[in-house]
Amino acid sequence: METLMDILTELHPDVDFDSCETLVDDKILDSFDIITIITELNSQLDVTIPADKIVPENFNSAKALWALVEELQDE
Amino acid sequence: MSFVSFEFLLFLLILFVLYYTLPRRFQWMLLLVGSLVFYAFASPKYLIYIAVTAMSTWAAGRAISAEYRGRDSYIKETPDITKEQKKARKEAAKKKAKTIMVLCLVLNLGILAVIKYTDFFISNINSLFGADIAFMRFALPMGISFYTFMSAGYIIDVFRGKYAAEENPARFALFVSFFPQLVQGPISRFDDLSKSLYEEHAFDAQSITHGAWRVLWGYFKKMVVADRLAPLVAGIAGSPDKYAGGYVLALIFFYSLQIYADFTGGIDITIGIAKMFGVKVTENFDRPFFSRNIAEFWRRWHITMGTWFKDYIFYPVSVSKWMMKVSKWSRAKLGNTVGKRVPVYLSTILVWLATGIWHGASWNFVVWGLLNCVVIMISQEISPLYDKFHKRFSFSNTKGWDIFQMFRTFWLMGFLRVLDVYRDVPLTFRMVPTIFSGRGWSEMFSGGLLKFGLSTADFVVVLAACIVMLVVGILQGRGTVCGQLSEKPRAVRWTVIWVLIVIIITLGAYGIGYDAAQFIYNQF
Repeated sequence: METLMDILTELHPDVDFDSCETLVDDKILDSFDIITIITELNSQLDVTIPADKIVPENFNSAKALWALVEELQDE
Repeated sequence: MSFVSFEFLLFLLILFVLYYTLPRRFQWMLLLVGSLVFYAFASPKYLIYIAVTAMSTWAAGRAISAEYRGRDSYIKETPDITKEQKKARKEAAKKKAKTIMVLCLVLNLGILAVIKYTDFFISNINSLFGADIAFMRFALPMGISFYTFMSAGYIIDVFRGKYAAEENPARFALFVSFFPQLVQGPISRFDDLSKSLYEEHAFDAQSITHGAWRVLWGYFKKMVVADRLAPLVAGIAGSPDKYAGGYVLALIFFYSLQIYADFTGGIDITIGIAKMFGVKVTENFDRPFFSRNIAEFWRRWHITMGTWFKDYIFYPVSVSKWMMKVSKWSRAKLGNTVGKRVPVYLSTILVWLATGIWHGASWNFVVWGLLNCVVIMISQEISPLYDKFHKRFSFSNTKGWDIFQMFRTFWLMGFLRVLDVYRDVPLTFRMVPTIFSGRGWSEMFSGGLLKFGLSTADFVVVLAACIVMLVVGILQGRGTVCGQLSEKPRAVRWTVIWVLIVIIITLGAYGIGYDAAQFIYNQF
């Protein structure tokens, strides 16, 4: 989770990723950000997020995104 | 049969009466028959193209869903299945499903590519090698770019397991051929459209009234603004030797208004008609001229195309195994800061190339797509500077600054869009700099703009219509205009509607040489 929080904070230092649950709905994360997050996660945690998992529910909060990472790591 | 014709209004009236008088279980079937009749009016021989796409995609979708059902029942019914066995069975099903999906995409995108791009390919071969290959001159079936992309999106979604395939071929054929969106989209998604398309609809006076208002508003934009400006735009762009300098700036301005009124007006008609039949079609615009930068503009203009490219090209390419390797390689070779941008930018270039090519088979659209891409990338790169600017200068957080940004985006998009109207790229690049040469300006303001069949009264009508569109745009920011109008007293509502009808009838662009048949996006 710490790695993910570092990646997110580097992208948007002003956003409170602990509490925000509308990162995509409120357009805080755009498609450029999402791809940057996915490539960073792949580089740092060796997790590949497939295109069909790129849906707002998975990217609206750091918590949801981390749950997805854990799910993919388990597979 | 154009939206802007008496035949179409008669067709719509007959369909509407039958729709609400026949037993409700026949409603979707009637819409299918209506859609086929509408398509056959454009040209009966083109029915074969849409039928091939609809039936091949339906069959492929069913085959994929059957594969997934087989996988699920095997896993469920096999006692003591190990994790490895489960994974292997899932991978086998995915592999088969992928083969089916790829075959379906190759067939249907192949049809689109051959029909739309063969002559473009031949002309480039002829130019490059001095060859003299004859052009094929395939006629473009109505809505092929739209229904092919809708079908492609459907089959990819079924492959991804987003929803199960539609079992009934006739119902699926209706999704692909639903007549209001055959003219110029939007590019609907199956899970957005299908529910309201297939369910039974009672006669809902409010929904029908709102739909009819939306249709009227669409006709207003199309007939009073877009079609009025069409001869002016065609006249300036068609005679570049005569009309340079100030005329080019006028062309950029008036073409921006024309395409806005034409495309959004057409979509208003589409959404309004669908609403009258109880069908909810996805919005394709979100007040695009209120955008403060190009990236925002593309999130608000032709939304269904943008999200299609994002979901089915940008994301899959960006997160593909190949791109992840490129990402690792570029980080190692170019450093973390530059390297991590490489996948995003490569995918962005690909998407904009595809967006340009989707719009038309010419270098104008390819260059237009790539220029959009360059501007978006530059905006992305300077965004940290921009953030600093906002923090440093308080005026950049004012309404006035917002308006300046909207004005800037309008013109920036206009300068890129002018590639649509000149016959080739070199000519466009020759014409745009003449704006700063001082040519044409005095002539233009001494009656030059009145040479294209538009009188001073026409320009007054356009100006007044633009003010109305601006006011409606501001009102849309507070919620749907139909909803706001519904809350007004009956006298106000009827006055607004009748004034709109009278304006369309009296000020709509009709007459000799006027071709109401074509919406600009109909050719894409």
